[in-house]
Amino acid sequence: MLKIENLHATVADKPILKGLSLTINAGEIHAIMGPNGAGKSTLAYTLGGRPGYEVTGGSATFEGADLLDMEPHERAAAGLFLGFQYPVEIPGVSNVQFLREALNSQRKARGEEPLSAADFLRLAREKAGLLGMDMEMLKRPVNVGFSGGEKKRAEMVQMGILDPKLAILDETDSGLDIDALKTVGAGINAIMRAPDKAVLLITHYQRLLDYVQPDFVHILADGRIVRSGGPELALALEREGYAEVIAA
Amino acid sequence: MNAALPLPTRKDEAWRYSDVEAAARIWSVDEPKRLVVAPGEALTLAVLQDAGAALVLDHVVEIGAGGSLDVHLLNLGGTLGRVTFDVALAQGAHFGLKAALLGGEAQTLELVTTVRHKAPDATSDQLVRAIAAGRATTNYLGQIQVARGAQKTDAAQSFKAMLLDRTAAANAKPELEIFADDVKCAHGASVGELDKAALFYMASRGLPPARAKALLLEAFIAGLFDDMGDEAERARFLDAARSKLEALG
Repeated sequence: MLKIENLHATVADKPILKGLSLTINAGEIHAIMGPNGAGKSTLAYTLGGRPGYEVTGGSATFEGADLLDMEPHERAAAGLFLGFQYPVEIPGVSNVQFLREALNSQRKARGEEPLSAADFLRLAREKAGLLGMDMEMLKRPVNVGFSGGEKKRAEMVQMGILDPKLAILDETDSGLDIDALKTVGAGINAIMRAPDKAVLLITHYQRLLDYVQPDFVHILADGRIVRSGGPELALALEREGYAEVIAA
Repeated sequence: MNAALPLPTRKDEAWRYSDVEAAARIWSVDEPKRLVVAPGEALTLAVLQDAGAALVLDHVVEIGAGGSLDVHLLNLGGTLGRVTFDVALAQGAHFGLKAALLGGEAQTLELVTTVRHKAPDATSDQLVRAIAAGRATTNYLGQIQVARGAQKTDAAQSFKAMLLDRTAAANAKPELEIFADDVKCAHGASVGELDKAALFYMASRGLPPARAKALLLEAFIAGLFDDMGDEAERARFLDAARSKLEALG
């Protein structure tokens, strides 16, 4: 589904990704862990196409198409979802309006019919329910006045509504208490664990992986994947710390 | 026609940021519209300035004791679109103004207000939002005069402008002349650009850039016209604003 080869990227002319390769197949859940400054968020933003994140070498294809050649909104329509570490507040634009427009823009780009207001609300209610989120919150402006945990849950409601093929979730677990972590973990499983979907979890800590079991765990350090393994690698990290495991 | 009014120049404070060449082409302008609000009376006024050429639209308003006038203004037409209000407030009177200035190309859109608090307990509240694209200029010159003895005056001004291009401009000139000592006068002005983080966030959810931009701009002026009593008039304002914003994007 996603094939990254020898990816190099800079931010403000500073090299951050230095030859990163990773292949994710449909049906797989991957976790990328790494110390601060390893390039985790840069990887997410580069794959999402954020302005200012410049690819200086290598390639990334999504279902065979050149991902790096697409505009950010085209990547979304192709089935890529980026879960933000810090979801952005948009005063004056309600979640319902925002998500309906976003979904219908994606559908239009794919040559599908737009969803009616009634059908959209039904879908939104269902996905909000999965994450234990009140529909009233979805009528409020996007992320405005939401707590850290509510923002992360709202991200997952967005993901449920937009129904992507590949979700790249950048520290979706940060700022969550244990109950919220359980809810978000269950939401990720319900929405994304399917034979035709895949997830890339980017995280500092092992704890989210208790609820969303990864098939593969990778350690990112200094812009490259330095080790890959199964879930046991995350446990080793938690036990021994990054320095130990990277050196081993 | 008012032949007595001399052609303004930029030396004239109230015309400092204006397009006096455009004004010259249409000079002289009509007499100001005069509006008298009787004591205790509550009036509303909706002004949609969508002229094709240059237009100067002056208003002189007197609001009697305990009376009120609430104005909604959408200023978006003409090479020069200049709307002015000169308002005199008697005791306990209220003047409310909610305005949007939406300019593109080489338009100059202006709102010039002089609010005279002549007696105690009068209130005024002005909420102005401007969006300028291309080489457009949006100006808000807001003067508040509080006369001697006009105690408990409560006057507020808020101006926020959004510039969509490096070549667009916004000028804000709040002016307070206060000759009473127990008054509340608040004013704020800010000029900004579209939030790039929000634009990327919206794109990452599938919104094409033009649509994302339009949504943010609609949100920027959202609420200004919510309290218009006349539904049909409100719809006319929203439609005009929306099509203008699309043209700016």
